[in-house]
Amino acid sequence: MNMRPPMKKLKVATASLSGCLGCHMSLLDIDERLLELVKLVEFDRSPITDIKSCGPCDIALIEGAVCNSENVHVLRELRRNCKMLVAVGACAVTGGLPAQRNRFDVGEILERCYCEMPGTQSKVPDDPELPLLLDKVYPLNEIVRVDYFIPGCPPSGDALWKYLTDLISGRMPRLDYQSFRFD
Amino acid sequence: MTDIPNTFNLDGERIHFEPGETILQAALKAGHFIPHLCANPEFTPHGSCKLCLVVVNNRSGSACVMKALPGLEVQSDTPDLNHRRRTLLQMLFVEGNHFCPGCEKSGNCKLQALAYDLEMFNDHFTHFFQPREVDASHPDFFLDRNRCINCELCVRASREVDGKNVFGIAGRSLEAHIVVNSPTGLLGDSTFAKTDRAAEVCPVGALLPKEVGFRKPIGARLYDSAPISQTPTAVKEEV
Ligand code: SF4
Ligand code: SF4
Ligand code: FES
Repeated sequence: MNMRPPMKKLKVATASLSGCLGCHMSLLDIDERLLELVKLVEFDRSPITDIKSCGPCDIALIEGAVCNSENVHVLRELRRNCKMLVAVGACAVTGGLPAQRNRFDVGEILERCYCEMPGTQSKVPDDPELPLLLDKVYPLNEIVRVDYFIPGCPPSGDALWKYLTDLISGRMPRLDYQSFRFD
Repeated sequence: MTDIPNTFNLDGERIHFEPGETILQAALKAGHFIPHLCANPEFTPHGSCKLCLVVVNNRSGSACVMKALPGLEVQSDTPDLNHRRRTLLQMLFVEGNHFCPGCEKSGNCKLQALAYDLEMFNDHFTHFFQPREVDASHPDFFLDRNRCINCELCVRASREVDGKNVFGIAGRSLEAHIVVNSPTGLLGDSTFAKTDRAAEVCPVGALLPKEVGFRKPIGARLYDSAPISQTPTAVKEEV
């Protein structure tokens, strides 16, 4: 796709909350179009830049569900700083596979993993550095306002490219049928 | 007396029907898709999912229960009705526990296929994450209530075709769930068999054959390349 670079580069932040970084891999999967993308946007906070906290941005792309207190903190920071917040992938959109733990009590899960399994230390880790797990795993829109959603596990590179270029050029983002998937 | 032709109008197209047919049956036979989940022309209409919502002579109704009559003006594929259908789908998604990326039915699932076709980008409502029981006691089939939409197709197939009455729905609202007619309540102790008609009708991944899994890979499945509204097998009631 040939796009005229906008007057000023848009700032994009990306983050992976409780996800597998698969959506970020998909972003890398746009291959040589990455070169075109960096002509249009500048990356702020992102695993790609390794910047840890974000300044004012135009677009936030967030993968992963909200599982712990650190996820909430990062998500709120991105919401405060970004004009458009995009939930990317099944976990961010619906809670995804991490939300499969929601049928169990979080205390019981921790006991089971750290105390009852063979070879464990009989102690749930309680280092103050560790973020506390939330009672349940939440999709982004149950914690903050979300402007756009890209379903898929992960959405393909093509789907991300189409969605992003639509957003950047101010069109209502759409996905063609084959890019619109929940799996 | 002049003969009145057995036709009605659906979104401006003339549809022929046989007396006694429902609007949905006549439309599907004529190759016009109306979204539906709990309907299968083989069984008594149930009218519960409301996906087949249409406007007939300016009144709303369910195409799977309303009989076709000469001269009806039926609207189905309108932005307003599709918006309402999307909302119904979102409610179905948050009511159950649908983890499509890990579901063996993904790509062959009608609930998902309708969500694709109607561009349901998110679930919108707050998820209930209601725990539901999985029954893996049967040698050939799983019953995963997390994905059940209470359409009662298995109930009707077992009762009307198999003559077995294996399934029923118990409980109300969020507690509504499929129960199995057996001394233990387990599918493995019921008379259910993989050759039953009930084994083929589930529109979602709730009543699911074992040992099939991902034999057909994700991406090569029924609704992966074309929308359900344009999939000819969907029009003929695929299973
Ligand atoms: S039954 Fe359908 S909608 Fe539910 S998880 Fe499986 S594929 Fe997704
Ligand atoms: S198990 Fe399947 S066919 Fe039976 S009620 Fe649930 S969704 Fe419908
Ligand atoms: S298909 Fe008509 S109400 Fe379900």
